[in-house]
Amino acid sequence: MTWQIDVDRRVCMGAGLCNGSLPDRFRLVDGKAQPVESRIEPDEDVLDAADYCPYRAIHITDQATGEALVAAD
Amino acid sequence: MTVTDHAGLQPGDAAVPPPGCPMHRVLDYPFAEPVATDLHPAYAEVREERALTRVSMQYGGEAWLATRHADIKTVLADPRFSRAATVGKDVPRVRKAYEELNIVSMDDPEHARLRKLVAKAFTVRRVEQIRPRAQEIADDLLDRLLAAEDRTGDLAAQYAWMLPITVICEMLAVPLEDHYKFRGWIDTWLTIGNEHTLEEMNEARFEKLPEYMSALIAQRRAEPGDDLLSALVAARDEEDRLSEEELITMSIALLATGHHTTANQLANHLYILLSRREEWERLVERPESLPTAIEELLRVTPLSPYSENTRIAVEDIEVGGQLVRAGEAVMVFPAVANRDPRVFERPEELDLTREHNPHIAFGHGIHHCLGAPLARLELQVALGTLLRRLPSLELAVPAAEVPWKRDHVVRGVAALPVRW
Repeated sequence: MTWQIDVDRRVCMGAGLCNGSLPDRFRLVDGKAQPVESRIEPDEDVLDAADYCPYRAIHITDQATGEALVAAD
Repeated sequence: MTVTDHAGLQPGDAAVPPPGCPMHRVLDYPFAEPVATDLHPAYAEVREERALTRVSMQYGGEAWLATRHADIKTVLADPRFSRAATVGKDVPRVRKAYEELNIVSMDDPEHARLRKLVAKAFTVRRVEQIRPRAQEIADDLLDRLLAAEDRTGDLAAQYAWMLPITVICEMLAVPLEDHYKFRGWIDTWLTIGNEHTLEEMNEARFEKLPEYMSALIAQRRAEPGDDLLSALVAARDEEDRLSEEELITMSIALLATGHHTTANQLANHLYILLSRREEWERLVERPESLPTAIEELLRVTPLSPYSENTRIAVEDIEVGGQLVRAGEAVMVFPAVANRDPRVFERPEELDLTREHNPHIAFGHGIHHCLGAPLARLELQVALGTLLRRLPSLELAVPAAEVPWKRDHVVRGVAALPVRW
């Protein structure tokens, strides 16, 4: 299974939470977040990072099905 | 040679450092007592002069002061600038008390472990579910305000404070009527210390508030609910994910920062809008622009009157071309970054329609405000309700006569007298 990470650069305000907590997964480029690798093995921490984003700029999809993935409460 | 300068920087003198002086000069900090929501002009001057400015702090000696947007973000994002290294030590700072151990003074991974315990309760998704209840609370508070026969009131005490207090009390299932008690302790704790003794500040933070919170925690142990405090108790008792002391400190932090910051910002935003009447009227006419306007109000309103949350470099690091040596302290002030002309056009101007607005009012990096989504929601609901239901709202005194709290870590009006 492969997950696709997308960051909406129009919405991202560069709060620095995703790259600060998961520096192997995200980095800031010109003040906006970018995935280090956009295709990854499933990783719950990345789902949480998307959930914690104060601008809801991070989107994770199951590459096989195209289904949007959302963190559990 | 070191020159100590006080508040009055003369235009032009900054450009001529004393010959042969590597440090240029050391400024006494803070520059002056705060005025309303203004920033002292010295901030703009030192921001233009050089990346980091040497300052002599009220307590603990000298530090570097970062004032540029990019540099402050660098300091906030780089784990080599430690918050934990300040805890319990006489480091450069504005507050009399030493930094205490809590989530805002921890480094990762300890900070991340605690934040993860409560982060799910404050996501945009979860907070949005609170909106209908926040609207009910705002409407109810406004009904009560409007019951005054003389059509006057204190918008800070009766509205701006009560909305966030009610919301956080409901999230934690803390009895709302207790706010008469815990607000006094929080007000004594979160001061600079010029008007309280250290004993009074420590008694509030390390005796009164923990005693109060421990009693609530004991109740949750006996009778768990579906509130956030019960969830923290379960994380302690069933999963051992935090210590008893961390549980108490965390619940105090949630209760205090869960309302204190938003309440002050909300009252300050109302002060700004009502003292610039044309801005208020523009929003009355265009309520759909409120979310954009709130970002601009956040940009221009300093949360604290002073630079706080000292960082200590754990190794030699260059910031904006200035070498910071291991062990040296760096102060940041996001409100000053929020007026950096390198990032914001017409930075000193309030422009409620500003589109490009990458302010750092909520901080940056791993300590970015956990409650930012809740704060935004409460600001939207509180301001939106007033714009819709009470467009005739106005200050009951000249803006210059609005009283401000002194000695507080968070900037805020002491009262906001209004009429309608």
